[in-house]
Amino acid sequence: MSAQSLRLAGGGLIDRAQALTFRFDGKSYEGYAGDTLASALLANGVRLFGRSFKYHRPRGVFSAGPEEPNALVELRSGARREPNTRATTIELFEGLDAKSQNRWPSLAFDLQAINGLASPALVAGFYYKTFMWPVAFWEKLYEPLIRRAAGLGRAARLEDPDHYEKAFAFCDVLVIGGGPAGLSAALAAGRSGARIILCDEDFRLGGRLLSEKREINGRPAADWLAATLVELASLSEVRLMPRTCVFGLYDHGIFGAVERVNDHVAVPPAHQPRQRGWRIYAKRAILASGALERPIVFPGNDRPGVMLAGAVRTYINRFGVLPGRDVVVFTTGDNGWDTVSELAAAGIRVASIVDSRSEIDPAFKALAERVGARLFTGGIVESTRGGHQLRSVIVRDASNTRSLVPCDLLAVANGWNPTLHLASHQGGRAVWNEAAQAFVPGALPSGLAVAGSAAARFTLADALRDGARLGREMVAEIGVTPTAAEAVPSTDTETIGLKPVWRVKGGTGKAFVDFQNDVTDKDVELAAREGFRSVEHLKRYTTLGMGTDQGKTSNVIGLAIMAELEGREISDLGTTIFRPPYTPVAIGALAGHHRGKNFRPMRLPPTHHWSCELGADFVVSGQWTRAKCYPKPGEDLLRTINREVLAVRNGVGVCDVSTLGKIDIRGSDACEFLERVYINGWKTLPVGRARFGVMLREDGFVMDDGTTSRLDENHFLMTTSTANAGKVLQHLNFCHQVLWPNLEVHIVSVSEQWAQVAIAGPRSRDVLRGVVDTEHDISNENFPYLAAREITVGGSIPARLFRISFSGELAYELAVPADYGVALMRALMEAGEHFSITPYGLDALDVMRIEKGHVGGTEFNGQTTARDLGFGKMMSSKKDFVGRLMAKREALTQPDRPCLVGFRSVNSMSPLTAGAHFVCVGQLAVMENDEGYMTSVAYSPNLECWIALGFLKNGPTRLGEHIRAVDPLRNHDVEVEVCSSVFFDPEGARLHG
Amino acid sequence: MRIACPYCGLRDVQEFAYAGDSCPQRPDGPDATEGVMFEYVYLRDNSHGIHEEFWYHAAACNAWLVVRRNTLTHAIDSVFPVKDRKAGTES
Repeated sequence: MSAQSLRLAGGGLIDRAQALTFRFDGKSYEGYAGDTLASALLANGVRLFGRSFKYHRPRGVFSAGPEEPNALVELRSGARREPNTRATTIELFEGLDAKSQNRWPSLAFDLQAINGLASPALVAGFYYKTFMWPVAFWEKLYEPLIRRAAGLGRAARLEDPDHYEKAFAFCDVLVIGGGPAGLSAALAAGRSGARIILCDEDFRLGGRLLSEKREINGRPAADWLAATLVELASLSEVRLMPRTCVFGLYDHGIFGAVERVNDHVAVPPAHQPRQRGWRIYAKRAILASGALERPIVFPGNDRPGVMLAGAVRTYINRFGVLPGRDVVVFTTGDNGWDTVSELAAAGIRVASIVDSRSEIDPAFKALAERVGARLFTGGIVESTRGGHQLRSVIVRDASNTRSLVPCDLLAVANGWNPTLHLASHQGGRAVWNEAAQAFVPGALPSGLAVAGSAAARFTLADALRDGARLGREMVAEIGVTPTAAEAVPSTDTETIGLKPVWRVKGGTGKAFVDFQNDVTDKDVELAAREGFRSVEHLKRYTTLGMGTDQGKTSNVIGLAIMAELEGREISDLGTTIFRPPYTPVAIGALAGHHRGKNFRPMRLPPTHHWSCELGADFVVSGQWTRAKCYPKPGEDLLRTINREVLAVRNGVGVCDVSTLGKIDIRGSDACEFLERVYINGWKTLPVGRARFGVMLREDGFVMDDGTTSRLDENHFLMTTSTANAGKVLQHLNFCHQVLWPNLEVHIVSVSEQWAQVAIAGPRSRDVLRGVVDTEHDISNENFPYLAAREITVGGSIPARLFRISFSGELAYELAVPADYGVALMRALMEAGEHFSITPYGLDALDVMRIEKGHVGGTEFNGQTTARDLGFGKMMSSKKDFVGRLMAKREALTQPDRPCLVGFRSVNSMSPLTAGAHFVCVGQLAVMENDEGYMTSVAYSPNLECWIALGFLKNGPTRLGEHIRAVDPLRNHDVEVEVCSSVFFDPEGARLHG
Repeated sequence: MRIACPYCGLRDVQEFAYAGDSCPQRPDGPDATEGVMFEYVYLRDNSHGIHEEFWYHAAACNAWLVVRRNTLTHAIDSVFPVKDRKAGTES
């Protein structure tokens, strides 16, 4: 085990009493609780973290936060392996196992680094220009090769064993960011008693106060931080959510956030999710997300050992890590000098300070002298040297003299970019602020305010002031009285004095703009030369900002270089729009528990458990899980279905049909309402009778069919197909509420309130007599075909009996309140025992309806008219109804439109397939010869052959003709005979028995 | 998005179904012509800015609502039951 040789003797917000063992690339190391993977590896002297995307250049840690473009690793192993995680944000845990990415055979010796030698060929637009021809080669040859060479981490390719949750939260004010601005905002707002949520993606609250040695009210800032956290914790309506990244701002104050509940342990404890996806509804929000430091583009600026100056401070102060022993600081403003003094305070040697400004504060000169550093004013770092590790930098001073300065760490300070991503998620463009030399939020979404560095107000004093002011303002806006304003805490002085340098010219070697996607300043030049000058073109042509880091460190620099090349102002060039998510979000956190069988709700008919007892096979039908068939031991599917069909046709069977939509329609205009939504007439329907109805959409195509019963003068019960229950209810409500609000009618779904069972077959009446109370006469004379009445069963249980038939047999549907469904089914089974009553499932139901030519879901495909389905004559000419006019359109009434007919195999044992298209015998199976298509198929045990329903041009005039049913997808080509769609009992005699 | 249903209060947009422009009036009755009906069924302006549109509160009260929404910003300035609109214009 390597010692933590680069750990400072003291200091840092790590728990030195709690040592943690972890592995990187198979080697074991030790770190402390409170470390990130990056800080722990740095403490162990590891500098090389990965290889770059395209050129396989060695890369180290560049930052200390979510903006990290280089130090991406595969975290964990096996099914939990997660690619492209940023070592700078991974909280260290015992047993952590991580691997470097994009290297072969090893990190230190990467064969593909040869790409670096071939680099002139790999510039922007290279793929587009080189791999153009032949076209077919792209998919089969070029792309797989390129993907193998250039890449990031590998996905696990195994099912994720962990759980994820979705959660919802509501608050008055959401504070995004737990730095000084956010904490001071939460405090000012929270004291009023308003409901506050504060989120920070870090596992420790404090933001820059954790990284910098600052003073508040004349004492160390840590004291203020501790006191603030104590007070916030004491406020009952304030909720602090560390490890929670707010990644998106959506319409109407809805925020997406992901809480990394158990990412800081190897395996989540039992019954706990790994991550939780939050949807936060906030009346107001304060964006206090701080700022990200930006690099400078110069040759070799990607070498391990080149680091953002703010990150250097973080590693020293927060993690107690010595990020280097010999440091050069390269700064373009006052901010870099804070790094100098903190390096010195930690006892680290500052070899040189390169300040690009020729005039600097004499105090800085004195500081340089005090720490013994050589100072270059008006100088720049021209390039770096070293292999896997920085060895020296070449400094060019104001008089153009070059000096080689040995060092192992180069801290770069070039100003900060406000983390304004969320402010532009609603489409608001960021605008260039010349004074701050940064993009700042432009027009803000309503309800959002920006505080501190996120608004380019970079001093600690401004952060505290903004937070306190906005916290009070936001609660006041929603009608909560804020507490009296308190004095804003004082801080030590801080100056900015920034004159950013975007790139250094004159050196040799690659100068990177976008580290993650290996985009150099030369690529930006090429884009400019070739005319890709707008920010959107620049991005797409060079891939600048298109990595998993979405250009957090690179975008602004890229724009600045383009502006310089074009001789334009950055403000004219503008910036690309930020879109959610701010950082990568696992799909699992968005899906929560809604995956696999929980992807959507599973609806079960009332007799589901009874079907389970009988050993039924089930099938998912729309939202419902229904009994497919009830196999006996040793029976295959076809035998089971055949047995169930024959049992119904020759005796009696029962089937749960509760899934049909049931809509209760009442009111003095209920009948008139039906007249307007159905194509056929309803005025003549007597009380106590049911009628088959067809309804159209307004565009003239069929929406649904079903029976509607008149239970009383002004009371109807409509049934719909299972699949269309919701759609028809929505349609009826539209017709009533939007089209004809003056009709006195009330519509409500009662699908869930009633269990409904079909009793079908010649013996069905005999079975019914065993359950229907004796005072109800259900004889053929008193309860004929299409009778529909309210009755009682089992003593006094209210029920509805309908003599309707989908199977074509003497049949009934009996409905009871849903909770009685199972009891009814058991009573029917008992009453039918003597008649060998047989439960049948959806498949037998389907066979019987096809035998009878009854259309179903596959015929109602949204492209069929009433005429196509054989309901043309039902369309009333005496009234207006929905879809009437559009159904008359020429193309919908052409005689050769495919119409419903039946088909049977010429060779009775050839199975048919739904979806097959018809072609005349002897013709080629091409679109021009298409004659129609097959929609439903079944093996009929009564006819002992395969039968089908389908739509055929001029169908009804072609009975007896032989035609091919061609199904190229399943390689079927079968000759079929065109026949009537009613295969069984064409006279309908069995219905009336 | 969130829509303030007059019956149910402020609810997430997932509870609602969108159904387009609420302005076209169905040409009712036997005298309507195919041409006018065609316009009603198919022709819609793809407007930007304030848009009066139908939303159906499918997962709750089943009310059809008229929502005035700015299609550029998604800001909603009024929501009312469609039944109220009819009462206001016809009676």
